[in-house]
Amino acid sequence: MVVGAGPAGLAAARAAAEAGARVRLIDSAPSAGGQFFRGRPDVPPVHPKVEHLADSAVWHLESVHNGHTVRVRTGPADAPVRRGVTLHADALILATGAYDRALPFPGWDLPGVVTAGGAQAMAKGHGVAVGRRVIIAGTGPFLLPVATSLAGTGATVVEVLEANGPAGWLRAPRALLAGAGRLGELAGYAKALAAQRIPYRTRRTVIAAHGTGRVEAVTTAALDNGWRIRPGTERRIAVDAVCVGYGFTPQLELAVAAGCRLRDGFVEVDAAQATSTPGVFAAGELTGIGGAKLAAAEGTVAGTAAAASVEVPRAALRAVRQGRIFADGLAAAHPIQDGWRTWLTDDTLVCRCEEVTLAGLCDALDRHRALGVRTLKLTSRVGLGPCQGRVCGRNAAELAAGHTGGHYDPADTARRPIAAPVRLGELAEEETVEEMNGQA
Amino acid sequence: MKVTVDGVPTVARPGQTVAAALIERGQTSWRDTRIGGRPRGLFCGIGVCFDCLVVVNGVPDVRACQRVLADGDEIRTQRGAEL
Repeated sequence: MVVGAGPAGLAAARAAAEAGARVRLIDSAPSAGGQFFRGRPDVPPVHPKVEHLADSAVWHLESVHNGHTVRVRTGPADAPVRRGVTLHADALILATGAYDRALPFPGWDLPGVVTAGGAQAMAKGHGVAVGRRVIIAGTGPFLLPVATSLAGTGATVVEVLEANGPAGWLRAPRALLAGAGRLGELAGYAKALAAQRIPYRTRRTVIAAHGTGRVEAVTTAALDNGWRIRPGTERRIAVDAVCVGYGFTPQLELAVAAGCRLRDGFVEVDAAQATSTPGVFAAGELTGIGGAKLAAAEGTVAGTAAAASVEVPRAALRAVRQGRIFADGLAAAHPIQDGWRTWLTDDTLVCRCEEVTLAGLCDALDRHRALGVRTLKLTSRVGLGPCQGRVCGRNAAELAAGHTGGHYDPADTARRPIAAPVRLGELAEEETVEEMNGQA
Repeated sequence: MKVTVDGVPTVARPGQTVAAALIERGQTSWRDTRIGGRPRGLFCGIGVCFDCLVVVNGVPDVRACQRVLADGDEIRTQRGAEL
């Protein structure tokens, strides 16, 4: 059973099917491809022997003595009419991907402020621009394709701001060599930006959004190496949309539910993409942010290994090794620096769902001596809303650590036994149970 | 394909999500928060943040960025916590 039909999941399902396993591919979107292949004509087809469950949300995972049980709701997103099914498989491949990390700043909850991935999904998937005058800010190479996609939908991209310096790659010469192909792709985006006269500025970011009822302007500022604001460099710019993206956060809850060991916030895997839980494999952004090509190579390795019948192809193993070197370089060139914590004011929301401000968070830390993630959540309500800490978890953990000097493990915010929301009425329904014994 | 947004007839394309249709018609918010009454619309765009909740055919808490429109859908602004 493969969860997630992006580049990693598609490759894993194909490899497992070709190795002779019976494969189910479960994905919440109406069609396969994940975030990367959204709206692209080159999305790889689902292997004809793979059973693809589209529009299907996995909301619970349980490891049992002879395999793994997942509970799925199939149907229109969040509709009460979805059909429930419980599936069992003896091997499980998790390819649940990642989502943009957004750092909080005053006004980041105004409508018109969106994540870079959200803007990309609208542009690539629907040909819709999130605004007419858009500014893009954050860190990492993903900001570039978002800028070209937005320009392609007719929006004016006012500027692209990279919070880190331009020299980050010089610290990772090995990564430059390993990622020659990827760099060419990025150079292509940079050229497109230049051709459309979109300014690209480094060591600068959006530190505040302003507006009544929606974003109307932003303040940008230059940052020092630690991402503290350089006083006197603030500039106000009129925009009607802001796209922010500070790297990506892996979608961890199913891996956590399966008991997979994490390392540095990602799922730890061996050379065969096996996790610490027997029978559970992981591929793609879940194991480290490395892009679609690396994800697909990891998927091929995981799918073959999970089918447990043939040798893992050497080419895929080599592609994974090369891809990881490039991914490490990527991470080294685009770190998140602690100075972002100084962008917030007391009334800046940390948790958007429960509307917990920075002052509210600090109050809970001081008054209730919230010295762990669980206490922090229960006393401040941060991370208790519908997103279950997906957006604020890491930010809240880092703000808390900065405030008390204690240790707050961001992975603790990824414990979500209910992995996707289900309605109470759905829980009350009878479900069919299907076995996939002896199969992946 | 015809849908309504707060009672106003609107044309939508097959395959379009609720969020895409709302943004295309120039709307940036379609919910207000239950504590501060603040307006919210699209944020993550990929089903993670639950900011873009909207009422579809009388059912609240539907992620506008995930729900694909069906002909005749009635979309309505969500006010605070609706049960």
